[in-house]
Amino acid sequence: MDLRVEPGHASWAEREAVDGVLGTVPAWADGGERTAGDGRMVEGGHAARERRHLLLPVLHALQDRVGWISPGGLGYACARLPVPPAEAFGVASFYALFATVPRPATVVHVCDDVACRCRGAEALCQELTLRVGPPLDEHEEGASPGPAATGWVRSPCLGRCEQGSAVLVQRAGDPGVSGRAASHAPAPLDQVLALLAGGAGSAPAGRAVVPQAAAAPRDPGLRLLRRVGLADPASLDSYRAHGGYQALRRALALGPRGVIRELHESRLLGRGGAAFPTAAKWEAVAQNPVQPHLVVCNADESEPGTFKDRVVMEADPFQVVEALTVMGYACGAPRGYLYVRGEYPEAEARVTAAVAAARSRGLLGNGILGSSFGFEIEVRRGAGAYIAGEETALFRSIEGGRAEPRNKPPFPAESGLFGRPTAINNVETLGCVLEVLTIGGAAFAAIGTEASTGTRLFCVSGCVERPGLYEFAFGVTLGEVIRSAGGVEGGRPLRAVLLGGVAGTFVGPEALDVPLTFEGVRAIGASLGSGVVLVLDDTVDGLDLVRRIARFFRDESCGQCVPCRVGTVRQEEALARLAAGRPLGSAADETGRLDDLAQAMRDASICGLGQTAALAVQSAARMGLFASPPPGPP
Amino acid sequence: MTASFVAPPRRLVTGTIDGRPVTVPEGTTVLQACRQQGIDTPTLCYLETLTPVNACRVCVVEVEGSRALVPACSRAVEPGMAVQTDSERVRTSRRLVLELLGSSVDLSLCAPEVRRWLVRYRADTERFGPAQAPEAARDAARPGHHGPAETGGAETCAQPVKDDNEDYVRDYSRCILCYKCVEACGTDAQNTFAIAVAGRGFGARISTEFAVPLPDSACVYCGNCIQVCPTGALMFRSEHVMRGDGRWAPERQTVTTTICSYCGVGCNLELHVQDNSIVKVTSPLDHDVTRGNLCVKGRFGFQFVQNRRREG
Ligand SMILES: Cc1cc2nc3c(=O)[nH]c(=O)nc-3n(C[C@H](O)[C@H](O)[C@H](O)COP(=O)(O)O)c2cc1C
Ligand code: SF4
Ligand code: SF4
Ligand code: SF4
Ligand code: FES
Ligand code: FES
Repeated sequence: MDLRVEPGHASWAEREAVDGVLGTVPAWADGGERTAGDGRMVEGGHAARERRHLLLPVLHALQDRVGWISPGGLGYACARLPVPPAEAFGVASFYALFATVPRPATVVHVCDDVACRCRGAEALCQELTLRVGPPLDEHEEGASPGPAATGWVRSPCLGRCEQGSAVLVQRAGDPGVSGRAASHAPAPLDQVLALLAGGAGSAPAGRAVVPQAAAAPRDPGLRLLRRVGLADPASLDSYRAHGGYQALRRALALGPRGVIRELHESRLLGRGGAAFPTAAKWEAVAQNPVQPHLVVCNADESEPGTFKDRVVMEADPFQVVEALTVMGYACGAPRGYLYVRGEYPEAEARVTAAVAAARSRGLLGNGILGSSFGFEIEVRRGAGAYIAGEETALFRSIEGGRAEPRNKPPFPAESGLFGRPTAINNVETLGCVLEVLTIGGAAFAAIGTEASTGTRLFCVSGCVERPGLYEFAFGVTLGEVIRSAGGVEGGRPLRAVLLGGVAGTFVGPEALDVPLTFEGVRAIGASLGSGVVLVLDDTVDGLDLVRRIARFFRDESCGQCVPCRVGTVRQEEALARLAAGRPLGSAADETGRLDDLAQAMRDASICGLGQTAALAVQSAARMGLFASPPPGPP
Repeated sequence: MTASFVAPPRRLVTGTIDGRPVTVPEGTTVLQACRQQGIDTPTLCYLETLTPVNACRVCVVEVEGSRALVPACSRAVEPGMAVQTDSERVRTSRRLVLELLGSSVDLSLCAPEVRRWLVRYRADTERFGPAQAPEAARDAARPGHHGPAETGGAETCAQPVKDDNEDYVRDYSRCILCYKCVEACGTDAQNTFAIAVAGRGFGARISTEFAVPLPDSACVYCGNCIQVCPTGALMFRSEHVMRGDGRWAPERQTVTTTICSYCGVGCNLELHVQDNSIVKVTSPLDHDVTRGNLCVKGRFGFQFVQNRRREG
């Protein structure tokens, strides 16, 4: 390739940031001065292809250090990797947490998504605009926001929906001087203003994240969440004292085939959205003659309203490390990747520490627990893209590309990460695997219903008394879940529930008796998705919420295929016209247009994002949610 | 790179297309099978010489047992596969893809078959309202953010023409994002990687790094991207200037095939001549050495040959 890069313009800080990931430049190489970078990864003269996967970590290093990806910084990174600058720019400009124009060093991302909207997020954004000015992206482009050291932007769901009104602070600066990123929830106006003023603010006390664990007595039915609030998430000893690493021991005793046999017996279905049998997935990889195999834990959790994986990683990170190790063992993979969403700095820090602790105690590396099995885990940080949670997009993201999904077949078990046979599972699915090994496949299958075995995590948010993460055996009804969460806030009437996330559907009060099983919700044309139960009372503006959902899909489309790239724009425009009372033709014409768009997006899009981008909108239309809320009692 | 060793005989697979049985060698795409049957299948992002990206979705067909429609251009025929190429679902999706493209980019310089498909699928490119140019510059689009949704019509990709070098112009208000130019500039032909897809969603665009002008990029002006561009978004500067002056007259043009005299490779050139001047140079896609690709000398050397006056 003909590389034309201009590494000469990189600042000292930018060089140090890049060298921190790639190692310092060896004496024989030109293009950079020698610095005392910490050399976490050592240059080995590998082919460019083999280093391409370091592009995303390098971009993070630049963004964290100087607050944006500058031409000089990118040029230096491109010369070091090497990667063509146009391609690297294509990657940098794909992710929402990267800036390719100068930006204040501190940026506060304010969630204005579905759950926070029910808790006044829009009013918060309006107030911020009045007090400190509009969000950064509404400034004139290119016009740098002046001397301001801070700024704010609106953000899609930050995965802290149970606290209401969440923010994420992204801080750039020299290492050690300032923290990289931090989440705050709940974040009322005063707190956000304090953060924007450069301070830390004082966080108000949050709610219990897992009400069933906080209750006295503690709910004895907790399985995936059994250690939450009991074990110290920073201590491997504490994890082991609470039953940790029993499952891996059991797995090593059973052998890889034995593990898969137990999974078959458990009839475990994936919790990441597609409900695919886990045993079949692992078996296909284990039996693939092409070596090496790889395993991946999908912790990109970005479905609005979803926060379960974050809670598990923050409260019980060793569970994820142990489960991924079991997965590597059963699938015959020497290496696993844990892809954590970029908006989860606390969860990422916890799992990274857990991986290090496990390695230092011989639970990763060679000869784990006295066996001949060796396994390594690499933690990768996402950079703000819902689509990166789609499995083939996630692979591309790790590989150092734009997170664009591809058509299947081939499926990951045949050709996944780096073209290798790959098994990929959601965090919650992996938690279930530990449970299967702990109690046995048959016992697991006895929990729940015939077709939906085990327990399920439900992310309850919106207008309820006690939002939070709940765990129930399959079979629990929607009404029971809402009642456990204290019912609709203030005893108001229930208007609708968004079930399964924004890729799911709205259901009405008549669905309260529906059991939340895969088969139960399928019967009413809905899906469990990522376990979202977003409760809406009679004061919620349905059309406003649906417009936020349409905005989300437009913003998160990767842009590859026409039905999704342009269809999501046209869908949002039609809803905006309806809200403005300016339909194009009659209201029925608009409905016809929306229906056509829905059909083409569902039928002709490459991936699940486009295929589901109209589901919630269509279900809301069917339920009459577009109409303004009925005037309720005072 | 084409490996040419003797392949083992391929097995045959049989499926049906629109009810008629078809038998093709394993690995044949649905598109190839359709073409063999004489079924006209619209394609926009597909080109014989490039790796299929299956992004435009205008070629989708219905396969029995598959929840979503599948792209004919990249899906291989499987044993027993039952394909419908003209069902209601297929027609709706194809129509919507054309309507969505037509409502957002300028298709007026596309190949004639695109206009034929617009008619065949009764695509109404105006149905989303009058075209509205975007408020912010498209090169500055930020991933994951956009301004308030348009209520007065359909937001488009309208933007000024990029006219930053002597050889060719880029009018991305015509770009359908078919990825062909990126592939031609990358591993499928040129290996220069001067351009790539940047941004995401409706803000996705073809760009150099930080949208620098072409002379500041890695571009070597081979023009292979122009050769594959199906929309007229990439255009010889000579053609662009003549169109602007109203002098472009394809009916007065002749095409002469010759062999490039600059070096010994022997690339085929097609010289498009109007009023005794070479106005653009293409190369036949089916040429077994060049597959439509040239270098700057073959593609743009004519300007030096005829010492053309710089216009505009
Ligand atoms: C747009 C989109 C986003 C997705 N995001 C996630 C995600 O954040 N986490 C996840 O586990 N699965 C996500 N998935 C599903 C994955 O593609 C994949 O099915 C899942 O990781 C498989 O794990 P499981 O079998 O354990 O459910 C997403 C799918 C789509 C189409
Ligand atoms: S459906 Fe949307 S997100 Fe998925 S590949 Fe197509 S454009 Fe990208
Ligand atoms: S002219 Fe050649 S080098 Fe330049 S962008 Fe086009 S394909 Fe790439
Ligand atoms: S410029 Fe032309 S070839 Fe390139 S993506 Fe756009 S339409 Fe396709
Ligand atoms: S954190 Fe705001 S909606 Fe989830
Ligand atoms: S031609 Fe098949 S998807 Fe574009």
